[in-house]
Amino acid sequence: MILNGSQILAEVLVEQGVDTLFGYPGGAILNICDALYDYRDEIKQYITAHEQGASHAADGYARATGKTGVVLATSGPGATNLVTGIATAYMDSVPMVAITGNVGTDLIGRDSFQEVYIAGITMPITKHNFVVRRVEDLADTLRAAFRIANTGRKGPVLVDIPKDVTAAKCEFVPGKKQENTYVTHVSDEEIEAAADIINKARRPFIYFGGGVGSSKACQDLRELMRKAEIPAAHTLMAAGIVGCDEPLNLGLMGMHGRLSANKAADKADVLIAVGTRFSDRVALNTEKFAKDATIIQIDIDPSEVNKNVIVDHSIVGDVKDILTRLIPLVNEAKHTEWMEQINKWRDEDKKPVDDPSVLKPHQIMAEISRQAGENAIYVTDVGQHQMWAAQFCRHLHSRSFLTSGGLGTMGFGYGAAIGAKIAFPNRPVIHITGDGSFHMNMNECCTAVSYNIPVVTVIMNNSVLGMVRQWQTVFYNRRYSGSEPERVTDYVKVAEGFGAKGYRCENLEQFSKALEMAMKDNCPVWIECVIDREEKVLPMIPGGGTVDDVMEE
Amino acid sequence: MTDKKNKQVLSLLVDNHSGVLARVASLFCQRGFNIDSLTVSNTDNPEISRITIVTEGDKQMLEQIIKQTGKLEETRNVVHLKPEDSLLRELLLVKVAADHRVRREICSICEIYRAKIVDLTVTSLIVELTGSPSKIDGFMEMMKEYQIIEMCRTGITALARGDVSHGIK
Repeated sequence: MILNGSQILAEVLVEQGVDTLFGYPGGAILNICDALYDYRDEIKQYITAHEQGASHAADGYARATGKTGVVLATSGPGATNLVTGIATAYMDSVPMVAITGNVGTDLIGRDSFQEVYIAGITMPITKHNFVVRRVEDLADTLRAAFRIANTGRKGPVLVDIPKDVTAAKCEFVPGKKQENTYVTHVSDEEIEAAADIINKARRPFIYFGGGVGSSKACQDLRELMRKAEIPAAHTLMAAGIVGCDEPLNLGLMGMHGRLSANKAADKADVLIAVGTRFSDRVALNTEKFAKDATIIQIDIDPSEVNKNVIVDHSIVGDVKDILTRLIPLVNEAKHTEWMEQINKWRDEDKKPVDDPSVLKPHQIMAEISRQAGENAIYVTDVGQHQMWAAQFCRHLHSRSFLTSGGLGTMGFGYGAAIGAKIAFPNRPVIHITGDGSFHMNMNECCTAVSYNIPVVTVIMNNSVLGMVRQWQTVFYNRRYSGSEPERVTDYVKVAEGFGAKGYRCENLEQFSKALEMAMKDNCPVWIECVIDREEKVLPMIPGGGTVDDVMEE
Repeated sequence: MTDKKNKQVLSLLVDNHSGVLARVASLFCQRGFNIDSLTVSNTDNPEISRITIVTEGDKQMLEQIIKQTGKLEETRNVVHLKPEDSLLRELLLVKVAADHRVRREICSICEIYRAKIVDLTVTSLIVELTGSPSKIDGFMEMMKEYQIIEMCRTGITALARGDVSHGIK
């Protein structure tokens, strides 16, 4: 059948299983918007306040579901507003297809109105990108974009379509949904060698990351841990991949991880890194990280092997494929002495002190988890609140803690929470943010209101840029340059101004009540929690440090 | 050039698309890899181009460069060409000030290096020389005795010796 470029785009989206689209209209995508009007029953469009919000929403949708998120923006500023969102997805290996319009091919290269070379701009923050210059190439290019985004190590792909291509017509041949074409090529010897190292270990330890979730290998990982009694700790990206109710799960490791987890990594004789990349927030000192251990790395991306930390044995492939073959070769084992030591370290971990008369961050997180329950999806922004949420929320399931780990994007949370709630309308979605991050993209409240997306936003308001200020307290002799903006925003009024609901709390009882109401309100709600600006994220190991440099108060 | 420590020659087969060179160059720039020289050319397959890069780095860095460039969607193959198993060639054009007093001297040096004089004026000449990078370095060392007006080297182009063929992935 003969279709124009915009209709072809819509057809391919439907064919690739896309039923949800985030975006913002504009001149260069008018033809696309027009075509989508005819597909409104198949593809639901969510128009955000800002293209950045749309990109985070597509990202949050993808993180929560595992499907490829799709975002649409116009040329020029529409496209550049996606950049932070695309980079966020890239750093956290989230599958996303970003579609941008561009000026017509006859206007490209002439500094035309709203023209920007978005393919050039996004080159280092996409897995790949395309400029489609002929309508005949459009369908297959879009299919390739979906295949690339979701194959191997996942990530964002951008397709830039000049306006004349969206109007030009050609024969459209329907195709199939693109499947993940990745195939693991690992020899039996590589698996046997890893099993051999694990079987000889006396103090084994698993350090796992987001790759376990991308590979849907959560159960396999738990099986490996239990079979050979291997304690494990997770990166920020992997909260929930093994539930916090698993006794062998030591919790978060790294800069703000539990001291017991970091000690275990430090003293292990075999460290198995699964779906993770030895980032500088975990392997803070690459020379001394797991210094006594024989390191085995299992990851899908060959370039992650020996990038930051030199490993002794690596297996490159899909984590699930590898674990499925590895587990039968690993002996059932008990490491009694090692577990005793670890449990002793766990007992020694400093616990924050409760105080019901004020709002303590750890109590807020515990209350959120208590009320939101097992099905909750926690979405964070970036800063102190993010670390508190990672440390103190009850993480039970994968794809249920959505956070910008790699890029550390303040302003990520609201858009991402909207995306997650759209994907799972029946699960409680709690957006945990700080007053700093929230000011960056609070405008997305209008999106939540327009489409009645009942995201509950908990604002940890310490009136300062807490994480920056914490570093200034510790390393810059309390010279609070730039970190105390002294805003007087009235969150309740602003929420109401947007058409949402707002609550303000100063102690735990008020918070508990506000949250209870918010969960029943069935509309977007903000809950401002006033906390002390001196609250810190602890423990903390400074960048480049080791467990010996830990600060606990 | 390649005789010096840590210089490495990489041969990439890539899709012959516009923008491939920008992607490779952008990757090197972002990750802090050096490019000493870079050449791009067609191959016998019109869909495939060859990029030959001379870079610098220790074993770990080289491993990263190979893996990162290999990850690009349009890269079909990356091969590290070791000098002992490869033919490395470069072309030099150098314009030297040469009046009747030094012309004969320069000509005799050119003869020794089997260089060709491809342009001649009353006051200057242009020499063309093809050879291994070290040969070109040696020749340039000799030319420094004279007044070099301008010069250009193509950068290395290279192939593995013998009947090995590094096919596309």
